[in-house]
Amino acid sequence: MLMRSSVRSAQGLLRTAQNPTRAFATIQSDIFKPTKYGGKYTVTLVPGDGIGAEVAESVKTVFKADNVPIEWEQIDVSGLESGNKQSEELFREAVISLKRNKIGLKGILHTPVERSGHQSFNVALRQELDIYASIVLIKNIPGYKTRHDNVDLCIIRENTEGEYSGLEHQSVPGVVESLKIITRAKSERIAKFAFAFALANNRKKVTCIHKANIMKLADGLFRNTFNAAAKEYPSLEANDMIVDNASMQCVARPQQFDVMVMPNLYGGILSNVGAALVGGPGIVPGANIGRDVAVFEPGCRHVGLDIKGKDEANPTAMLLSGSMLLRHLGLDEHANRISKSVYDVISEGTYRTRDLGGTSSTHEFTRAVLDKMELHG
Amino acid sequence: MSSSAEPLTAPPATTRQGPAGLKVVQVPSIARTYLRLRHYRKSSVFPLPLRSAQSDSHHKLPQSALAHIATYSGRYSLVRMLAVRSFAAPARRQCLQGLPRAWTSSIQIQCQRGYATDISKKGKVATFHGQKGSDGLYTVSLIEGDGIGPEISQSVKDIFAAAKAPIKWEPVDVTPQLRNGKTSIPEETIESIKRTKVALKGPLATPIGKGHVSLNLTLRRTFNLFANVRPCRSIAGYKTPYDNVDTVLIRENTEGEYSGIEHVVVDGVVQSIKLITKDASERVLRFAFQYAEDIGRLKVRAVHKATIMKMSDGLFLGTAKQVAKNYPHVEFDAELLDNTCLKIVTDPTPYNDKVLVMPNLYGDILSDMCAGLIGGLGLTPSGNIGDECSIFEAVHGSAPDIAGKALANPTALLLSSIMMLRHMGLNEHATRIETAIFDTLAEGKTLTGDLGGKAKTHEYAGAIISRL
Repeated sequence: MLMRSSVRSAQGLLRTAQNPTRAFATIQSDIFKPTKYGGKYTVTLVPGDGIGAEVAESVKTVFKADNVPIEWEQIDVSGLESGNKQSEELFREAVISLKRNKIGLKGILHTPVERSGHQSFNVALRQELDIYASIVLIKNIPGYKTRHDNVDLCIIRENTEGEYSGLEHQSVPGVVESLKIITRAKSERIAKFAFAFALANNRKKVTCIHKANIMKLADGLFRNTFNAAAKEYPSLEANDMIVDNASMQCVARPQQFDVMVMPNLYGGILSNVGAALVGGPGIVPGANIGRDVAVFEPGCRHVGLDIKGKDEANPTAMLLSGSMLLRHLGLDEHANRISKSVYDVISEGTYRTRDLGGTSSTHEFTRAVLDKMELHG
Repeated sequence: MSSSAEPLTAPPATTRQGPAGLKVVQVPSIARTYLRLRHYRKSSVFPLPLRSAQSDSHHKLPQSALAHIATYSGRYSLVRMLAVRSFAAPARRQCLQGLPRAWTSSIQIQCQRGYATDISKKGKVATFHGQKGSDGLYTVSLIEGDGIGPEISQSVKDIFAAAKAPIKWEPVDVTPQLRNGKTSIPEETIESIKRTKVALKGPLATPIGKGHVSLNLTLRRTFNLFANVRPCRSIAGYKTPYDNVDTVLIRENTEGEYSGIEHVVVDGVVQSIKLITKDASERVLRFAFQYAEDIGRLKVRAVHKATIMKMSDGLFLGTAKQVAKNYPHVEFDAELLDNTCLKIVTDPTPYNDKVLVMPNLYGDILSDMCAGLIGGLGLTPSGNIGDECSIFEAVHGSAPDIAGKALANPTALLLSSIMMLRHMGLNEHATRIETAIFDTLAEGKTLTGDLGGKAKTHEYAGAIISRL
């Protein structure tokens, strides 16, 4: 499954794409290759809050067992202690580390609701590193039955502007304005990314999700930019859909979707809807891709504070995100072995974590994956 | 002003909020009024009897202060400063008492806007004020709609007649007109709905074209329909991947992401403003709690994204927590939008005992998503609730391709009309018709094409009538 998602090939394609009118959103120059030192890649690891530590440990164990040539640079950022100076410093450290290593694996950081609390580290990180494209892969796992079959869709979400711009103000007490920013440049690069991704992964259709009937200017710009970009990819089918209809179709007939591209907030909604279709946030991998940096994180961004430390978390999402990372580095062999083992363990059904209706602990599940990997040799 | 006023372009909320808001925003106009008042008194065009000497003394400003106002009337801060100190409240009362008609109208608007404080006294929002006519029937304005609208409206009429519901229909026309450059609906229609206080509406085809505001939005604005109620209930007899869905969702209808305030900053950069006000939030939240009480679901859950939008959704959430204190017997909690999406789609049954309330966009998306769980918009009712009037509608499209072929499914409009009956306090009739509908659907013999049956619209209606 993840073969299709190889982000790397998407980028290669973007690089070579013959684009007569060179637009100012230059994803064409998305060239990067993390450096190998002493035969190993250094990868930043931010385990995150909630279940992060447990699933990150699982990934480390599995990677180590497979002798993956990766050196982790772990930074334990936490969004839990708000107002703590140290957390800000750690966050800066993580940003610097990611800028240096150009690649990272990340869990989800907690964001407090309180207004006095800090801004979301997750969002800040994406904006800081300009990792603009979030990719979430929603696909049924073979052997695990859900309400819907044959779901295979991919949500590409603009990560750096839109409703998450963080620009808000109170005009007078009791009246708040929150700005949603849509720019042509960013809409264009996300649209092109989506098309290039679809081409590279043999997908047929790209659907633009918007609400241009109400937000005529903002979402209108997004849709028009998408339509303009679509002309450069005549081999792909392009259509658009209004977000409320899309979410309705998603729960009624998700099979009709292939690649979907959308602004920030709708992506948050639809990736959650999508994750629920195939079995929850524990199994949905994701990636955030920018020009320089790529950060891999579970696709459906849930912290899981409620099951923190209970050894109940499903490490699948993190493991699959990890194998996406390996493909990104060109370590396909390792990636295939790991993802295949994970899928096999789930489809056999003896070891499943609680979110998939089993009773296994995180450790037992990891153990089972390790055993499978030995079998696959 | 009141009829052409568009609550969204002149947001009610910018006018006042508690004591602080009131001072800041209202004062300039009062100051102006004051000056005009002075002017009229001097020129003695209007005799202005002021009721009591005492209030008059409040009313008077020191001469020096007046000079300030006259000189710096453009300078907001000074006016504000003076006004806040000396005559905010008394002056208002004075103006109302003593001003000629022309002035009172504009001031009355301001008084109407003071909604949030009023409801805290009255307690109940959006009650039905309609009266029975001399024939013992309530009049309901009926917007049949386009496409399949007339057919499904006919079914509703037939069924209501058979159930002997005390309803008299008054068909109205909502063909859009451009008045002063704004999309609006005919005056008679506005007048009719204002009189009957309630309307039932079939699907409308929104004319696609530039500059046309959708009719739904126009209706919402004209009648200030601030809350949208969207229940979704699984239909026995129509199988979807989800069973036992029974969600109730209430959506703020007037502001949020749909405020319509957008602009191009520079070419290629657009700002769209999500407007959240305490007044509007409080109003819809009160309604949500009240509705929860009315339907006996004593759990209200606010859905938000305050982790990211700390101020706007934070305001909504904060207001929700405040309002919840007034309803101690209703359980209140809040949930992040992401979690709600995830959980509802994974398993909707935990939401069967809750009323969800949320800002505009989330409500729009989630209500349609819930409709998707039970099989689409053809089966879900919707009610738009306002202070004065309420409009109940079918939210599905007008399906021009099957119009006039008697293939349409009137269920959505029927269920909406049942919501309407409940809103009017006609619970018995509502329950009777509702049971007949659900039984007919559960039996599954006379279903329309969209549910996999072969029955015509009137046959389906006939089957319901036979069960009454």
